[in-house]
Amino acid sequence: MADTTQFEVAETEANLVYSRPRLLLDTTMHYCPGCSHGTVHKLVAEAIDELGAEDKAIGITPVGCAAFLYNYIDIDWVQASHGRAPSVATAMKRLCPDKLVFTYQGDGDLAAIGTAEAIHAANRGDNIAIIFINNAIYGMTGGQMAPTTLLGMKTATTPQGRDADLNGYPFKVANVLSLLDGVTYVTRQSVNTPANVRKAKKAIKKAFDNSINNRGLSFVEIVATCNSGWKMSPIAANHWMEENMHAAYPLGDLKDLTGDK
Amino acid sequence: MEDIKLMKGNEVLAYAAIRCGADGYFGYPITPQSEVLETLTELRPWETTGMVVLQAESEVAAINMVYGGASAGKRVLVSTSSPGLSLMCEGLSYLAGAELPCVVIDVSRGGPGLGTIQASQADYFQVVKGGGHGDYHTPVLAPNSVQEMNDFVDLAFDLAFKYLNPVVILADGVIGQMMEKVHLSPQKPRRTEEQIRQECPWAALGKGSRTQRNIITSCYIDPETMEHHNHKLQAKYDQMVREEVRYEAMETADAEYILVAYGASSRICAKVVEDARRDGLKVGLIRPITLFPFPSAPIREAAAHAKGFLSVELSMGQMIEDVQLAVGNASIPVRHFGRTGGIIHSPREVYTALKQFMTETGGL
Repeated sequence: MADTTQFEVAETEANLVYSRPRLLLDTTMHYCPGCSHGTVHKLVAEAIDELGAEDKAIGITPVGCAAFLYNYIDIDWVQASHGRAPSVATAMKRLCPDKLVFTYQGDGDLAAIGTAEAIHAANRGDNIAIIFINNAIYGMTGGQMAPTTLLGMKTATTPQGRDADLNGYPFKVANVLSLLDGVTYVTRQSVNTPANVRKAKKAIKKAFDNSINNRGLSFVEIVATCNSGWKMSPIAANHWMEENMHAAYPLGDLKDLTGDK
Repeated sequence: MEDIKLMKGNEVLAYAAIRCGADGYFGYPITPQSEVLETLTELRPWETTGMVVLQAESEVAAINMVYGGASAGKRVLVSTSSPGLSLMCEGLSYLAGAELPCVVIDVSRGGPGLGTIQASQADYFQVVKGGGHGDYHTPVLAPNSVQEMNDFVDLAFDLAFKYLNPVVILADGVIGQMMEKVHLSPQKPRRTEEQIRQECPWAALGKGSRTQRNIITSCYIDPETMEHHNHKLQAKYDQMVREEVRYEAMETADAEYILVAYGASSRICAKVVEDARRDGLKVGLIRPITLFPFPSAPIREAAAHAKGFLSVELSMGQMIEDVQLAVGNASIPVRHFGRTGGIIHSPREVYTALKQFMTETGGL
């Protein structure tokens, strides 16, 4: 039998290159393997920690796959009804202006049932951050069409593919919000490569910093995979996203007035 | 020094909100209660007490703003009228499920549908029986004077924080729009964040110096946990039934016929009792002040010597079901009388209906 002791390495500050973020709880996530949510949760936890905002962070969770986000990050949370997280956040931030207040919403929650609340919070310039996960499908309810579903894309409620005549067009929420004067920062990111993960984290951190410092509304869209809903392997889903989703939803900043506020 | 004013019920709600130390008001204009938001923006409390006043884009947004403020342990309220309350019912269910304190004011108007902007009491079922989904109740206070519009705001907040539950003030367009003399309450200070952290250790205010995070939710996926939560909520509703019943009784001790009426109708019925007594008829009035919990006990006690009950409502008959349950004796007739469409019944027509009822049931 081989001697395995030679592989034991003591963990020291010098050789530690990666660990679970301090605020990310040691809880098994309910997400499907390959889902982007886990990665984005990690970035949210890291951003809050690096901003030193653990004591004043209040997150608003949606209805959808991320409803149980409050189980995973060690800050105060409020679970909102479907689509209403921006209204909850609006009041929270106005009543507690020194806090970091953010919502974390999927495309069904924010871009369908909660469109009015998102647009009006943005138009009022409420000092909140919105993390918007766009995976072009309803994950929690089993893969139905979302407003962001691509044309031709097959879902449980578009079995022949999304037809523009019947279902309209993919909703480019970030583009709409970037037109509103109350909005400071709108960016579209993805977490498909290590480089993009780093960029996404930078964007989330900026959005949170804007909330803490009352610089208007920040909106970070994450173009994400839902390999279960898309019925693909995690790797195939990543490739499909790069080829199709990134074409329909190009990555990068759509608006950034952070420096002016 | 006493602060006595002549004021509309709706305006008084605004003054009472500021003076009871509320942290935030969120509302959407709807007749016949738009004066609440208008008066608040005129008074600009954000410059004095620091109270936040915000016009939301809809009643749906407004009630969820209340949910947000309540989650932080703040004293927050919203006012609306019937169609607006319909839109808020989902939010009320979430507030009750998440055990959040807040005050919701319904200055009700006629329906169904767009109905009428005139006064009505047809929201009884919606407000008193829940409105939203799931097993929940909210205490419901029914003012019948402008003075009570003042007094019940602070009382509603006390109940809301005692039970960690939404409390509804169910007024009607008459009480909202009419002017009366009112003694305004003295100004109470708003609580500091430190006081809220102490009084509401559950509040999501950021962890601060806490080691445990707070989570505000109404979601319980595990069946046993959900049922346990339902039992916990029910225990609060049972306590409300034991401790919070409020009512007024007028001339009921020897009454053979009892009028049961709340809000504007109870003012009209008080006049009917005076007229009937002057005519030598043994008529009394029970006026529920809390519609939930309903004053079933005094009605049941009066049933021991009563020949009949007349539920007088500005509706087609909704509270009458609770009166029937309270009487609990099918041999004692319970009848409804009411007008709708914004028509307010006159004391004379209530009296006529009462005498008709008495004639038909052997009381005259």
